[in-house]
Amino acid sequence: MKRHIDTPLTKEKVKEINAGDYVYITGTIYTARDAAHLRMYDSINNKKELPVNIDNQIIYYLGPTPAREGQVIGSAGPTTSSRMDKYTPALIERGMTGMIGKGKRSKEVIEAMKKNTAVYFAAVGGAGALLSKCIKSAEVIAYDDLGTEAIRKLYVENLPVIAVIDCKGNNIYER
Amino acid sequence: MRTVHTDTIIKAIKEMCIEANYILSDDISDRIIQAESEETNIIGKEILGQLVENMKIAKEDMIPICQDTGMTTVFIKIGQDVHIEGMFLEDAVNEGIRQGYDEGYLRKSVVGDPIKRVNTGDNTPGIIHYEIIKGEDIIITVAPKGFGSENMSRVYMLKPADGIEGVKEAVIETVKLAGPNACPPVVVGVGIGGNFEKCTYLAKKALTRNINTPSQTEYIAELEKELLEKINSLDIGPGGLGGKTTALAVNIETYPTHIAGLPVAVNMCCHVNRHISRVI
Repeated sequence: MKRHIDTPLTKEKVKEINAGDYVYITGTIYTARDAAHLRMYDSINNKKELPVNIDNQIIYYLGPTPAREGQVIGSAGPTTSSRMDKYTPALIERGMTGMIGKGKRSKEVIEAMKKNTAVYFAAVGGAGALLSKCIKSAEVIAYDDLGTEAIRKLYVENLPVIAVIDCKGNNIYER
Repeated sequence: MRTVHTDTIIKAIKEMCIEANYILSDDISDRIIQAESEETNIIGKEILGQLVENMKIAKEDMIPICQDTGMTTVFIKIGQDVHIEGMFLEDAVNEGIRQGYDEGYLRKSVVGDPIKRVNTGDNTPGIIHYEIIKGEDIIITVAPKGFGSENMSRVYMLKPADGIEGVKEAVIETVKLAGPNACPPVVVGVGIGGNFEKCTYLAKKALTRNINTPSQTEYIAELEKELLEKINSLDIGPGGLGGKTTALAVNIETYPTHIAGLPVAVNMCCHVNRHISRVI
């Protein structure tokens, strides 16, 4: 079914989402991919603060192209999620409730999602121009030196995604 | 003897990097549009619709088709009667990439060392394949390729006894393992024969062939057709969420090999299969 959700993504909202739902996300979300995940993971292991409070937040696995003048952001589609699997359970334990990417997740990630009530969405891989139109503001808020891999705070309106794995562990990649 | 200045090469590569990342070639875009009209799976059709819309936005609003504007592979065929003047050719190729990725607002996705992983900041170096040909032309093909699909590619050192059935199994297994990760609908480049590195080169080269042009070897053209049908019956579908559009094409290149071997490389490519050629 189609549903619209606003962020922050509370656990109550996560529980209503079922694998297979078309979900349109509005609100603030954050980007992070490989290099930013590694740094956040190191921060958690070293008992340091994360650069962003991820409680009830959604992380979009994205490294955009540079924006032209007058554009909010460049092309902005999802990257492959499985590269983040090593770091993801620690972030879910820290309160992250949603992830947007593409492709399969590990058993460990799915277990952490079930235990802590989180949902995994897929955006359409290779539709970065289309998806960029839903991003209304973008600002680098951490790890500026990582360039495209820096953490960005995005404001999105009706970002179209599909719930692939819900918090009960239902997974529409496994049909 | 014809003389070509490297300024000409730099300019050509710069322009090709930009064009390839904003406008898909007609063979690929036409096939995606055709697949959208033929797909019967509801989610699959919806995703193909988004891809068609995405191509339109990319072209009209000048936003790259995909945010992964790739590591740049450059194939250069150099006529043996050409003299190149100006700078060192390899530096010229990288300068073209540098200018293209800067002026084209493309993502810089290359790290200078595979372990230390610091971004080079200009998407160089590219991967350059040189080939010497007859005559006075220089033929350049620029193929930026994303790593979502590159990471799902595989090499098989099969035995001669595995034969054509072994090749089919290798291709199907690779596509299955790639599943949603390679951004289906994919284009599958296959290299058969040669040795360990030659088969991977052939697989990459196969991806740069127009998907409406089958192999010139009859039984290989049949194999391409058969594999495409088999792949499209796997129900992976667009985005890996189901449907009959898992691959847009299977392109195969072959080369002689050793009496003891049957190397097979499968280079997966997402639907954003970018390649553009120019004769200089």
